[in-house]
Amino acid sequence: MSANTSKAAIDIRNTSKVYGKSRVNGVVALDDVSLQIRDNEFFTLLGPSGCGKTTLLRLIAGFEQPTQGEILLFDHHLEGLPPYKRPVNTVFQHYALFPHMTVSENIGFGLEMQGKADAEIHKVVDEVLALVQMEYLANRKISEISGGQQQRVALARALAPRPKVLLLDEPLSALDFKLRKEMQLELKRLQLDTGITFVFVTHDQEEALTMSDRVAVMNEGQILQVGSPKEIYDHPARRFVADFIGDINILGAEILSSDSARASIRLSGGFETSASLPDQSDALSGKVSVAVRPEQLEFIDDQESAALRCKIKRITYFGSGSHYDLETAEGESITLRQQNRLGGHRNYEVDDQVNIALNEGSLQILAD
Amino acid sequence: MTKSSNHQLPESNLSASVIAAEKQLKKTRMLLLAPGILIILLIGILPLSIVLTYSFMTPGDYGGVKAEFSTAAYVQLLFEEDIFDETFSFTSSYLQIFGRSLALAIFATVASLLIGFPTAYFIATRTPETRSAWLFMITIPFWTNLLIRTYAMLLILRDEGAINLGLMKLGLIEKAIPMLYTNFAVCLGLIYAFLPFMILPIYASLEKLDFRLVEAGFDLYANRFKVLKRIIIPLAKPGIAAGCILVFIPSLGAFITPELLGGGKSLMIGNLINIQFGSSRNWPFGSAIALILMALVLVSLMIYVKRSGEKGASAHG
Repeated sequence: MSANTSKAAIDIRNTSKVYGKSRVNGVVALDDVSLQIRDNEFFTLLGPSGCGKTTLLRLIAGFEQPTQGEILLFDHHLEGLPPYKRPVNTVFQHYALFPHMTVSENIGFGLEMQGKADAEIHKVVDEVLALVQMEYLANRKISEISGGQQQRVALARALAPRPKVLLLDEPLSALDFKLRKEMQLELKRLQLDTGITFVFVTHDQEEALTMSDRVAVMNEGQILQVGSPKEIYDHPARRFVADFIGDINILGAEILSSDSARASIRLSGGFETSASLPDQSDALSGKVSVAVRPEQLEFIDDQESAALRCKIKRITYFGSGSHYDLETAEGESITLRQQNRLGGHRNYEVDDQVNIALNEGSLQILAD
Repeated sequence: MTKSSNHQLPESNLSASVIAAEKQLKKTRMLLLAPGILIILLIGILPLSIVLTYSFMTPGDYGGVKAEFSTAAYVQLLFEEDIFDETFSFTSSYLQIFGRSLALAIFATVASLLIGFPTAYFIATRTPETRSAWLFMITIPFWTNLLIRTYAMLLILRDEGAINLGLMKLGLIEKAIPMLYTNFAVCLGLIYAFLPFMILPIYASLEKLDFRLVEAGFDLYANRFKVLKRIIIPLAKPGIAAGCILVFIPSLGAFITPELLGGGKSLMIGNLINIQFGSSRNWPFGSAIALILMALVLVSLMIYVKRSGEKGASAHG
């Protein structure tokens, strides 16, 4: 093994998963996915339902076997290993806590199955209960605690055996908004405290951006882009990624010339500027789509330097800022987001003609 | 009374009207409960009272009872009256029948559990459509009368039956193995008759089982055996208990099966009772045995309920 590969906690190589009989009439849940998850990182698999993220998690956990490809855990092949022989634990979407056991018994179950001594089980269970702040519920039955508490117990149960990798399958989806926010911070803290690699599955892009060290965006069984939340947000490589994460404006443009990282472009309105090229951009030329975030647009007075001339269609006020729905002269719909500062700038009204400037560094050319 | 009059009533009258309303409610409640109570009285309490009364009477000469108080029926169970000097001496012949019945019923229950649990598990883990097909097949034997099914069993088990003939044809045995009229035959008959009563409640428990819990068990380092022992069986316990009760109780009191498959050699309590009301013409004795059998079942059920209750309480604390 080279030094490079040994840094990966999980190394997924050209893995496919097909449900059903053959590739032709089966359902392809994962399509030739390769991915490396580093040790000690909070890694998120993000995508809409049915994109294959849960399948990938189940392949790592061992509940499913890959149709093709291989998965390595700290350089050990996982092929053929049943789930109970993998040093990996899962926090299930609906927690799957054992209803006939107490909170402590649930948390101690993994250690007990590993054949640990009673004294050690007690010690670890107490430690983990303290870690998730649940000491006072140790002897309760599962049916006697709330959803948020069950969530913490599920987390404690999966952490107690100190797995090499913790898999989390949309664990926050059943919680209400406030509790979810709280648990997001909690999860991040736990990951830092324990130093365990977390692989987190979610369809909530905000959740993914706030917690993760790196995010993989998935769709239709493929990984579209892997990067830090900032890279993913600022430089979405694919149209799907741009659409899926946050609000974004997509404009038509034409490539005039390009080097390896940037290209000169002309927007459909005629304005010439430059934009970043995505990584896999060999084939890009001619007509392309350019993405820009609503907060990177700005009203200006000077018509000469304006990138776009627009008409205001609608204004949505939301306290700290406002959304402006605009229509360009070419008929493209875009949005602009602006912080509200008292006396800071001009007041605009619906149907006003406005001049818009684009923050040049924020333009990103998309691959389809 | 109407709502509008209620509004104008002073305090004391109001409470009086509340009391009246409560009385009315009680009346309605009793009226609604009456059919249920009537049924319980008619088909539960009344027959039992008759049996209890008969057991303390003297047998009539041609069956039936004479209205003379006697405890002879209960004494008879354990003691034999000497015909000549009218002294009583201990006899174990009836106790043996009780013992055999108990042993056969326990054996049939355990065997049904061992066959029924995997069967129920198999059905519960099929797809919903195939599940109903399997359940349908489990219930098919019920369409035929138990007597006829037991006769079929008899034909299979006898010396010239399918099993013996088959084995002889294959040259595995030279002489027929006597299977009919043994405890083995009775036990086999009981299992065959009552197995569905084991499978169905266990299936009902397993069908409700959340198989994600099984996955969670595997995830937490439990192998197949441990998942079965620590997760599946504890969660299927209500079904297992119901199945065991539903097989054990009718097995203990069975009489068609031991009658046909046990011959005169493997008598069970059911046959004993049957004989008392038939050829022996000793209704009080038959009633007494029936009551003792019922008491035995009741006591064992109460022990079970108490034990499982304690377990639940300790898990709670």
